[in-house]
Amino acid sequence: MSISEWRKKLVLGEVSSLELVEEYLLRIKSVDQKLNSFLFVNEEKAKARAKQIDEERSAGKSLPPLAGIPIAIKDNLCTKGIKTTCSSNMLSNFVSPYESTVTQRLWDAGALLVGKTNLDEFAMGSSTETSAFGTTLNPWDIERVPGGSSGGSAAAVAAGLCVASLGSDTGGSIRQPASFCGVVGLKPTYGRVSRWGLVAFASSLDQVGPFARSVADAADVLQVIAGNDTKDSTCLDLPVPNFAGSFEKPIRGLKVGLIKECFDQEGLDQEVKKSVLRAAHQLEELGVELIEVSCPRFNDGIATYYVIAPSEASANLARYDGVKYGSRSEEEDNLVAMTSSTRAMSFGQEVQRRILIGTYALSAGYFDAYYKKAQQVRTLICRDFENAFKKVDVLLTPTSPTTAFKAGAHENNPLSMYLSDLLTIPANLAGLPAISLPCGFDHSELPIGLQLIGNVLEEERLLQVAHQYEQISNVMKNRPKGDFIPG
Amino acid sequence: MLQMSETNPNWEAVIGLETHVQLGTDSKIFTSASTSFGDEPNTHIDPVVCGLPGTLPVLNKKVLEYAVKASMALNLTVAEHSKFDRKQYFYPDLPKNYQISQFDEPIAENGWIEVEVAEKGKETYIKKIGIERLHMEEDAGKLVHAGSDRLAGSTHSLVDFNRAGVALAEIVSKPDLRTGREAAEYASEIRRIMRYLGVSDGNMQEGSLRCDVNISVRRGPDAPFGTKVEIKNMNSFSAIQKACDYEINRQIKAYETGLVVKQETRLWDEGKQLTKSMRSKEGSSDYRYFPDPDLGPIEVKIDLREKWRSELPELPAAKRHRYAEEYGLSAYDSRVLTDEYSMAKYFEAVVLAGADPKSASNWITGDISAFLKVKKQDFTNFPFLPEELAEMIQLINDGKISGKIAKEILPELSEKGGSPQKMINEKGLGMITDIDVISPMIDELLGTFPKEVSAFRDGKNKLLGFFIGQLMKKTDGKVDPKLANQILNQKLRG
Repeated sequence: MSISEWRKKLVLGEVSSLELVEEYLLRIKSVDQKLNSFLFVNEEKAKARAKQIDEERSAGKSLPPLAGIPIAIKDNLCTKGIKTTCSSNMLSNFVSPYESTVTQRLWDAGALLVGKTNLDEFAMGSSTETSAFGTTLNPWDIERVPGGSSGGSAAAVAAGLCVASLGSDTGGSIRQPASFCGVVGLKPTYGRVSRWGLVAFASSLDQVGPFARSVADAADVLQVIAGNDTKDSTCLDLPVPNFAGSFEKPIRGLKVGLIKECFDQEGLDQEVKKSVLRAAHQLEELGVELIEVSCPRFNDGIATYYVIAPSEASANLARYDGVKYGSRSEEEDNLVAMTSSTRAMSFGQEVQRRILIGTYALSAGYFDAYYKKAQQVRTLICRDFENAFKKVDVLLTPTSPTTAFKAGAHENNPLSMYLSDLLTIPANLAGLPAISLPCGFDHSELPIGLQLIGNVLEEERLLQVAHQYEQISNVMKNRPKGDFIPG
Repeated sequence: MLQMSETNPNWEAVIGLETHVQLGTDSKIFTSASTSFGDEPNTHIDPVVCGLPGTLPVLNKKVLEYAVKASMALNLTVAEHSKFDRKQYFYPDLPKNYQISQFDEPIAENGWIEVEVAEKGKETYIKKIGIERLHMEEDAGKLVHAGSDRLAGSTHSLVDFNRAGVALAEIVSKPDLRTGREAAEYASEIRRIMRYLGVSDGNMQEGSLRCDVNISVRRGPDAPFGTKVEIKNMNSFSAIQKACDYEINRQIKAYETGLVVKQETRLWDEGKQLTKSMRSKEGSSDYRYFPDPDLGPIEVKIDLREKWRSELPELPAAKRHRYAEEYGLSAYDSRVLTDEYSMAKYFEAVVLAGADPKSASNWITGDISAFLKVKKQDFTNFPFLPEELAEMIQLINDGKISGKIAKEILPELSEKGGSPQKMINEKGLGMITDIDVISPMIDELLGTFPKEVSAFRDGKNKLLGFFIGQLMKKTDGKVDPKLANQILNQKLRG
């Protein structure tokens, strides 16, 4: 059920907030032992808060937009008094003394924290397999991964364990798992949403966004979390539009660009390609004009990303040294050895790999060849998008070259895993808003994701096109059955 | 101590200073935590100071203002666009294990200051010292070693983050300094300028002004530079001077005896009055600087820049020149008067109130400074107001009180303030009891009445009363009659 459907039932008194949250908690109990999408379930506090909301409602108080709606939070967003682990042994006992801006805005809007979800360690990964606390399974096929890094948040929405959730997207960490799990995932314009309280992976790329069962729900959540924050210098001081404001306006005459380089990918699954192109033609039936555009540097995104993101990460993760919090190696008798040993012991392989890459790229003698060069290519990628948006209103690509892969499929080859984010990374490098939504299923009945990329700050138009596509395509209404997919 | 220039005329020292100035904003550079000094450990911290996961820095606008004003005062060119970078190294006093600093685009570059180098027994000279750059950065916390006063021998170490995140301006001089004295004068002029601007208290004991020295020697001004040695741990200007002089001699001696001068960091040992090796600097460390993605570009718009420029006070060097030219004061007096902004301000107010500059200077740099020194105070909130001092000077010049009387009443005036005229009236001090004052008055009087003087000397003793009457008339009866009688008798009979 969507946020608006639940809201209607709550307002009409057909269901109480407590009943609603209990229903979700019950479902978590019955299926999440298997899926492992939650690291922590906030049972008692969620129920207590639901009761409070019920009392306020029966007292006739006017309630905020998300009153009583159970929402799950990726465990790299700080929640005061509740552990924030980043799925890392390094932070396995870290309890933040402050609340992140996005979660505070959700609670102020009446939402209930149902629990904290699993992720790739420090959001580094595309499968949730690098979590120190076990992999999350894909509800469509538990032999497969839910994608990542926000795999727990995507799986939780797909399996009906919460109404919506928050994730973070650095190179595709919302959109790719949304695609793998058959849900809607939105990465806003960089700076649209505050990063205060989001544990940093790559600061110039990280952006918080929602997972939901519909575009409208995603817009609802974005409406609450978006907007300037004086605690984040990179947050944009701009008015927040009504993101659902254009839902009903016709899209006839809009120009949708198909990025040539995306569809020419060698690794692009033919079923994915077919499904996405069919979606494009469905949009055409609504009167949009399809235009092929070229972004020559699009495929350089992945190489660029794997210099910039690890570079920033190597500095962002330097603070985890065993001195202040996190686990400390007790065996060593000097500072350097203690720090090295703590980090070797408490960071997983993928995190260590990226710290090493980043440290290398920033080292004297290599900086110009790697970091500086990558920033130059980043500028070129931005320019490609600028040119494309001179011709079109929205860009359309597959979200990921494939559907969900099997757990362990890329175990011995991190580079092949990295390719999974090939199509999502460029939007992060350019700071553009982008959404993934289901557009079909492959022969294994696994969901396929369609990515729409908007121009800077044009979430409203992006969501308008996505919403109208969703309405005519009816993909989820005709979905296959799955053991963990609610009926 | 050997003086290089005397014993080794061919050698020349090349000295550059890196000065860290804590900017005196109430809150830290990237968060609202207090910068208060000397409180219980870890009482001025917050999630940003501690670098907790998910926290972000936001630049304190006041820090930018202070840094720009300091840059302007140092004649630096303020950059239109500047940025922050991360300087990476692991140390437990650095909460994020990187310091937010400025690397290749500092807020200001390429300036200079004028330094007056005065040394006992030598001619005072003025020298222009180039300044490479000024950049903003955050201070680190402090390690407290338990069980011992230093790392060696301690059982464990504690971290105090109260200082972490305090705003610093790092000022890098060009290698224009040649002697320890020049280095000390440069540092003290930097401090003076910062205090004039009100951007830092420059307290070296509390660490709000810290100087590191880079020093090498070479055989004459055309010779290539020698190996550069860094010296730290000087906590006074005289320590800077002594450390430089020591190090210059150490290096010369090393070269002359065929030893190697190593590239290293040395510590000044104040107790032993020498520098000693701390760590090697060979194979310079790689800080892996890169632009901080959490902070946007720093832009100082031209109108803001001009507003800040218009708020700059007259700076010490300009005052020194003006005092010499406009008031005719000696270079020495000008330097003493301008050393502290509060003193210069006081002096100017006294002159404005009508006092002659030379007398004002004498009183201020002499008795009043001595009084304040004993009381450990300065001219801020000094109760004896400038107009009151001007009044006192006027009283002396008018011969209404002698300098001696003035010195007598000064302590009370300095303590409580008030009108000197009123005080002498109340205390009856207006009664002129000073022989040095009365005697010339009588001489003048006798000069104007030569007939009466002859008559007196011819035996007309009653004329004594006439003279006393005239004296009283002239001084409003303030002259001590007994004393006047005595002096008159002496002069008439003598």
